[in-house]
Amino acid sequence: MSSAEDNTRARSLQNASTLKSEEYRERMTLFGLSLPAVLAILIVVFLPIFWLSSLSFYNAAGALSMENYERIFKSALYRRTFVVTFQISISVTVICVLLGYPLCYWLTKLSDRTAAILMVFVLVPFWTSVLVRTYAWLVLLQRNGIINSTLMSFGIIEEPLQLAHNLTGSIIGMVHIMLPFLILPLYATMRNIDTDLIRAAIGLGSSPRGAFWRVFFPMSLPGLFAGIVLVFILSLGFYVTPALLGGGRVQMLAQRIESTITVYSNWGAASALGVVLLLLALVMIWLMNRVFGLDKLFMR
Amino acid sequence: MEQIGKRKIDGMWLTVVGIAVLFFLILPTLIVIPMSFSGASFLEFPPTSLSLRWYAAYFNSPEWMSATQTSLIVAVMTTVIATPLGSLCAYGLHCSTPRIRNSVQALVIIPIVVPVILIAVGVFSLYAKLGLNYTLTGLVIAHTAIALPFVIVTVMSGLKNYDFDQELAARSLGASRAMALWTITVPQVKFSIQTGAFLAFITSLDEVVISMLISGGDNATITRRMFNSLRDQLDPTIAAISTCLIIVSITVLIGVQLIGRRKNIDK
Repeated sequence: MSSAEDNTRARSLQNASTLKSEEYRERMTLFGLSLPAVLAILIVVFLPIFWLSSLSFYNAAGALSMENYERIFKSALYRRTFVVTFQISISVTVICVLLGYPLCYWLTKLSDRTAAILMVFVLVPFWTSVLVRTYAWLVLLQRNGIINSTLMSFGIIEEPLQLAHNLTGSIIGMVHIMLPFLILPLYATMRNIDTDLIRAAIGLGSSPRGAFWRVFFPMSLPGLFAGIVLVFILSLGFYVTPALLGGGRVQMLAQRIESTITVYSNWGAASALGVVLLLLALVMIWLMNRVFGLDKLFMR
Repeated sequence: MEQIGKRKIDGMWLTVVGIAVLFFLILPTLIVIPMSFSGASFLEFPPTSLSLRWYAAYFNSPEWMSATQTSLIVAVMTTVIATPLGSLCAYGLHCSTPRIRNSVQALVIIPIVVPVILIAVGVFSLYAKLGLNYTLTGLVIAHTAIALPFVIVTVMSGLKNYDFDQELAARSLGASRAMALWTITVPQVKFSIQTGAFLAFITSLDEVVISMLISGGDNATITRRMFNSLRDQLDPTIAAISTCLIIVSITVLIGVQLIGRRKNIDK
């Protein structure tokens, strides 16, 4: 091998390595553009949550202990909060599936144009303030509200039903707020299912019902699962609607955390509750990421 | 024959449920609009007499006006800060290595799904140390942090559909990186940036839980005032305020839909 050839090879290797290091440097510079936003999120969202979480491991005397956790799992009050939170979140999720799945399925059978127009009925509530919608439900469900007066004028009930300021009211209001979060990912998934597959299944001798359950339904599961997880996470930590429609009788986790701090100034117990809520949410987020991909859920 | 009859019944059942669910979604959202024009001193539906008295009550109340002003200032500031920061972040992430991109992207999306009460309590305790509670600055910073993820996610999805070679072509023809970014890339993802800005605005305007803890005094937001007022009584003034908020939301929604349509036509 001649030395000239060696030289050329050495130089091209050197070129490649400078190019590579330059590319690396450029990528790092560009990544620097992300830093202000990433730092803002880290400092405002993540840092205080970590700091709060650390508080939960100290007792009132300032020594490391698990007292706060023992207390929240032993106290009947906190246990009741967990039970109510799960009860409501599970009911809301189940009702959302029962209402949302048939709606999405029906929309996929309509023409693209009609379906797009009908989706406005989902998007308008989705974009409307939670507070405004909760207010509407307070008005609808109150003792002499529209629902009670309508039912009474038809003679269906004699006494007004207690619909607001209790568990029923909280669940109705929350279903209304959460339903779009189930519909949007589910409908996006259903729209992408190739309807030829259903026709093929029927052509090959399946009944329409069989084709639905054995072809369409399994293919819609990723979207359904994403919707379920989203609704369930958001319900677990939901504050506004149960606080207003529950009328003080329904105490979910988020309200308990808030009142433990603002009323009782008990940061230790509140942060322990917060850690439990955070862990529940993170497990759900991780699950959803595995099945659906977080980025797919939010990027369309 | 029997088969076809059964399918028809299935189809009808589905249509009835579908329409019922759509009404369940839309009616409670819009019902406050007719109620806000009621002339009675209590809430009624349908209104027996029409008047603008609740709008007058809203616009003549110094407290409600100051709260509205606070909310609008904070929402505009949040949009002005979060949109460029979020767009730059999306661009930086788009250009960096896949490994960095994926992990930072996950980090950036998490605030959307983390229970907002945790963010609220955290920010409240951080601000207690910094003396930022009950200040406009504090509100803008907190709202910017929760609006950023929405901007980043929308702009990143816009960049995903954009042919990046165009920027490389501009640079090989002599444009500097910044110039290529500003004159070639930005105009092409303009629609995603606008959608992100709309999202940032509405996120800030409608935010309740964080504002409830960190805003107050002269700087209470409209959502904080509404929440506190709803806890005590059903003041019909809230119906007038709600109608105004619904109009803002629908305007923003129409804006986003129009942007989406123009984007599709461009393709």
